[in-house]
Amino acid sequence: MSQAADLPLWAAIAVSAFLLLGSALALIGTIGLTRLQSFYERLHAPTLGTSWGTGGVVMASMIFFTVTEARPVFQEILIGIFVTVTTPVTLMLLAQAALHRDRAEANPEVPPWATAGTDLEKDAPGAVD
Amino acid sequence: MSVLPYPLLSLSLVLMWMALNSFTIGHLLLGSVIATFASWGMAALRPHKPHIRRWHLLPYLIGIVLIDIVRSNIAVVSIIVAGRRQRQRSGFLTIHLDLKDQTALAILAVIVTSTPGTAWLEYNSSNGTLLIHVLDLVDEQEWTDLVKNRYERLLMEIFE
Repeated sequence: MSQAADLPLWAAIAVSAFLLLGSALALIGTIGLTRLQSFYERLHAPTLGTSWGTGGVVMASMIFFTVTEARPVFQEILIGIFVTVTTPVTLMLLAQAALHRDRAEANPEVPPWATAGTDLEKDAPGAVD
Repeated sequence: MSVLPYPLLSLSLVLMWMALNSFTIGHLLLGSVIATFASWGMAALRPHKPHIRRWHLLPYLIGIVLIDIVRSNIAVVSIIVAGRRQRQRSGFLTIHLDLKDQTALAILAVIVTSTPGTAWLEYNSSNGTLLIHVLDLVDEQEWTDLVKNRYERLLMEIFE
């Protein structure tokens, strides 16, 4: 952590602010997992961590390493892109599993099968049916 | 088969390779070889090639999505912090989409998912209906308009 001592004040403030923002969003997302009532509501909570939660930490990391190593850093942008692009895969997988279970149990709170007898999502990515 | 079936993919792979390693001639050569083979592999897997018709609208789309992500982050944080005192008002919403392009649909899925407060549940390609779950469903029309007018129209302009 000897590098941290060389950090100018403005950069230290910016890095801390983004770190706090990102980790606070991730924490609130986790708290949301315990507070929200239904499974479908809980699907929303972790996306706080994968959107600006990641964004804040990534921004802090970019500022820190750009200032201390005096060269621009791009790896963090890749992290941000890949986290954003892969989140829907997990989320859809969970949502499809939950929908399938609730419909199989004929849960009245869940919309029924869209159209009976058609190929559900034959072209959609990640659909197994 | 052409030498570079996906020029943009190859270029992005070279840039990613150099960003992860270092910006030197050696890594440029190595990255180019890997990107060429990777794009051949891609061509063998999926012949459907997305056509981006209006490039200049992409930065605008990214801009409004980033703003919406910030706004919905704030909205979802306030719902979670308010906790159980809040009355139950989340719900399912079915939207009929005119968008057919697979790449555009994939991008719409990323947008809907990465804005907290909306979750993409199911898309039925046979009749083009999309089922989403909204955490703060006060006005159904408002959310339908958001997806239809703000995102879908722009994506259709870009891809179709």
